Amino acid sequence: MSDVLSAPHVMEFPYTRSTGPVVGAFLTGLRDQKVLAYHSSDGTVVCPPPEYDAHTVAPVEAAKLIEVASEGVVTSWSWNPAPRDGNPFDRPFAWALVKLDGADTSMLHALDAERGAIETGMRVRIRWAAERVGFINDIACFEPAGG
Amino acid sequence: MRDVAIVSFAQHSQRREDTRNEVEMLIPVIREALEPIGLTSQDMGFTVSGSTDYLAGQAFAFVQALDAVGPWPPISESHVEMDGAFALYEAWVRLQSGDIDTALVYSFGKSSPGDVARVLALQLEPYLLGPLWPDAVSLAALQARALLDSGKATEKDLARVVSRSRKNAQANPYAQLKGDIDEAALLDEPLYADPLRKHDVPPVSDGAAVLILAAGDRARELSSNPVWIRGIDHRIDIQSPGSRDLTVSPSTTLAAKKAGVPKDPDIAELHAPFSSQELILIEALGLDETRTSINPSGGALAANAVMVAGLQRFGEAFNRINKGDARNAVVHATSGPCLQQNLVAVLEGSN
Repeated sequence: MSDVLSAPHVMEFPYTRSTGPVVGAFLTGLRDQKVLAYHSSDGTVVCPPPEYDAHTVAPVEAAKLIEVASEGVVTSWSWNPAPRDGNPFDRPFAWALVKLDGADTSMLHALDAERGAIETGMRVRIRWAAERVGFINDIACFEPAGG
Repeated sequence: MRDVAIVSFAQHSQRREDTRNEVEMLIPVIREALEPIGLTSQDMGFTVSGSTDYLAGQAFAFVQALDAVGPWPPISESHVEMDGAFALYEAWVRLQSGDIDTALVYSFGKSSPGDVARVLALQLEPYLLGPLWPDAVSLAALQARALLDSGKATEKDLARVVSRSRKNAQANPYAQLKGDIDEAALLDEPLYADPLRKHDVPPVSDGAAVLILAAGDRARELSSNPVWIRGIDHRIDIQSPGSRDLTVSPSTTLAAKKAGVPKDPDIAELHAPFSSQELILIEALGLDETRTSINPSGGALAANAVMVAGLQRFGEAFNRINKGDARNAVVHATSGPCLQQNLVAVLEGSN
């Protein structure tokens, strides 16, 4: 009775998704080192751009997206003491919400900086990935700007 | 609107369910909920569950859980990939149609076999957030930082929430984290997911909850003190956590207005897995901590079976009103990162 039947069980839901006209345009912009945003009906600039206007619920037109800066300010941050598979870093690191210059909302990514040097309001810029393919990881992370 | 009441509730939760699978965990809880009203699952007009297949790591895992109810001969049933509190909402809507008088709501979740904080990254928008795999604790910590930076709360306020939870949880047999712990001792603990300390983060729990609803006279037949749902509503905020003010919860405020939350309810059971979120909810609901008992069960900081903790808030409020310890309650449940979607209900006793 030493023969035990076994089979691999991969705990994943391997979906394939299409990015659509707005998110697709944003991701294609990242490939070209451009950050696109949406000029919302309430006058604010939303980055990353949504697919629908939050106030009028009208579809957002990709052709009307505007470019914002690749540098901005930290609006909130947290320390991740336990990095996991798929995170931008495999060591403890910071997450940051960053409001890019020209935008009124913040986007999430990792921030490569010493924990003691991070504070809300600090200026950071995008560190671009060497190889860019039109994916959110075309932004490698944020890093302190200037200095 | 048809009057709908909670007539029975049962629950189970613990740190780690080593030997029983989800069905085995549910069976005694369903039996315990049905026993006091003298009905079987086949007597129910509608059955609905809340759970997430991502915890089991298997598509349609929720279908297997139906074995705990006994779906043969065929029953009318449904499922939401959300906390059981949102399944309760579906049951409430179903009862409004008037052709059925009873509904059984159940939820279950085994978080202990995996890394639940990472599993919850799968609920994020899949293009710009999901590929970075931000875990649930890191996202809640971003919200906590925004709250602290705003000046609306201090680290001492976070400790006060945890201390209250631990003290209240001493009377809750289903709570994992409990004790007479003061704020100063909590503030001496090191930061973990800065600005959160480990005690600001909920425990990993396995659990199940079952709640039975009945409409009108049927509720009065089944219980000597049915607990009426006087109002219920749920609303959602903007999807991207960076596109909204994380220090407020407008969807909670709107749901509370639609549900008709009264001034100074006796108790509030709030589904706030993180201490910072409880402070945001208290403000959004307009509660006065000196006049309303906040999370007398200890809340989700004391036991947090994912997909169950929201439905447990209904059950904990039901138990207190049913026993006569409280006249009314506001109940809250949340879904998504950083309090993205929020459900608010008002419960009131018959007596």
